[in-house]
Amino acid sequence: MALDSATLVHLARLARLSLGASELELLGADLDRTLAMIDQLQQIDVNGLEPLAQPQAPDTGNRVDSVTEEDHSAQLLGLSPAAEGGYFLVPKVIE
Amino acid sequence: MSRIEALDTVSGQLAALAAGSATAIALVERSLERAAALVELNALITTTADAARATAARLTPGSGPLAGVPFAQKDLFCTRGVRTTCGSRMLADFIAPYDATVSERLNAAGAVSIGKANMDEFAMGSSNENSFFGPVRNPWDRQRVPGGSSGGSAALVAAGVVPFATGSDTGGSVRQPAALCGVVGLKPTYGRVSRYGMVAYASSLDQAGVLAHTADDCARVLAAIAGADPRDATCSTRPLDDYVGALGSGVRGLRIGVVAEYFGAGVDPAVAQAVRGALQVLEREGAVLVDVRLPSLPLSIPAYYVLAPAEASSNLARYDGVRFGHRCDAPTDLADLYGRSRAEGFGTEVKRRILAGTYVLSAGYYDAYYRRAQRVRRLIANDYQRAFTEVDLLAGPTAPDVAFALGEKAADPLAMYAADVNTVAVNLAGLPAISVPAGFVTGLPVGLQLVGPAFGETRLLAAAHALQLVSDWHLQAPGAAA
Repeated sequence: MALDSATLVHLARLARLSLGASELELLGADLDRTLAMIDQLQQIDVNGLEPLAQPQAPDTGNRVDSVTEEDHSAQLLGLSPAAEGGYFLVPKVIE
Repeated sequence: MSRIEALDTVSGQLAALAAGSATAIALVERSLERAAALVELNALITTTADAARATAARLTPGSGPLAGVPFAQKDLFCTRGVRTTCGSRMLADFIAPYDATVSERLNAAGAVSIGKANMDEFAMGSSNENSFFGPVRNPWDRQRVPGGSSGGSAALVAAGVVPFATGSDTGGSVRQPAALCGVVGLKPTYGRVSRYGMVAYASSLDQAGVLAHTADDCARVLAAIAGADPRDATCSTRPLDDYVGALGSGVRGLRIGVVAEYFGAGVDPAVAQAVRGALQVLEREGAVLVDVRLPSLPLSIPAYYVLAPAEASSNLARYDGVRFGHRCDAPTDLADLYGRSRAEGFGTEVKRRILAGTYVLSAGYYDAYYRRAQRVRRLIANDYQRAFTEVDLLAGPTAPDVAFALGEKAADPLAMYAADVNTVAVNLAGLPAISVPAGFVTGLPVGLQLVGPAFGETRLLAAAHALQLVSDWHLQAPGAAA
């Protein structure tokens, strides 16, 4: 099953990856081969099998609902490539 | 081949420190000198020489179980004040404001970090060729890969730079490089070691692990890092076993299942022969070898390449150029900011897996791919569960071949994926496993993988230790061969 270019462009947009045409074509060809490989799962009888999401069920129980972290906001804002006045900066989204 | 020295091991260093024949400072200098001499291995992304010296100078001898022992940490464990790149351009300048629990516990145990080890970007790869900082070279043959994704960690231990290093294992990323570099690699049970501060790849599979020369050393490090952590809800509160104390339990009467599928198509006959030879050594020590089948094993690769990319595409959505990590120049709008920051920041293999994960989770495909893969995962876990009603451990080759040449498989990602079948299945089932040196083929190391039932680390470590007491494959050093 080969993915058409419109599907690939849609996929790249969903993944928020701005890929050029040639890179998308190469990655699309790899994806085709990966999908062909994983398609063998379609042949397996999975009736009666519960999906396994996580191998060991967490045994931790609930925590006390209390604040354990201090305010690190200045430190965390300092990691941002663009922050000002206590906010992360992004391009204007409302005209 | 030359042989490793006592000071190349954790136990040897601790003995020398206790006897006063070594100091923490001298051991740090020894590691730093070796790191500098072996810089062409490209095994360290960041070396923290000054911090290591300062830590060693401050240490009180005997103040912790690993006091004075230098180590390297895979560069996906967050370290306060020292950059954590995850082998990616995306995080090339990222300096975490906190320590991962594994790092924090090793610091508390008195171990001295000399730096951050190179790795496949976001732990995606089996050759360490996917690092933004360039490939790591195998100390046994510098034209070959060290394996991955913890390739830097494995190379540093194999080359005698540090006696142990941390790693992470999502589909074999501790065990496979350990096998290809001739060291021991321990992947604990899912949930045994906290993942707080360990950059996430696939959260239902990721587990922190240890690389060292001996099972004894792995036991000492595991004892320091394992155990409940309120900051990781998936980390088990089950009490720890006495990993070091149980090392001498031996293998008399231990039933080891030799898994037919682990020796399936694609396994080099010479590798298979070496692994069977190591199992015969365990048999002579009193283990009982039993033929076992894991019929669903071949489904591990397709199931893994649905589940891991799906989880990765979700985990890696956080890299958006806004809060931390790489940001593109002059974005025109928010979509451009996201799309270009991510396209520039991620390498090819990461993009491959993000696209695959996005596809299998997209509307209309979820049940056909993701839900179905989770059910196949149950089938694989059931196979293991059934096997462990008959035997105590399972065994086979860790990897199907010895280290391959740099670039040899780079053009064929699917061939690289397929080679991980024996390790990937263990992560799907969430079990503990260890790779132990088991011989050489054409002068390159071979690894024996032992797999245990959930939380069966003591049994695994004791069996690996029993093998190492009567074999010397782990004592060979790459010096003369390189």
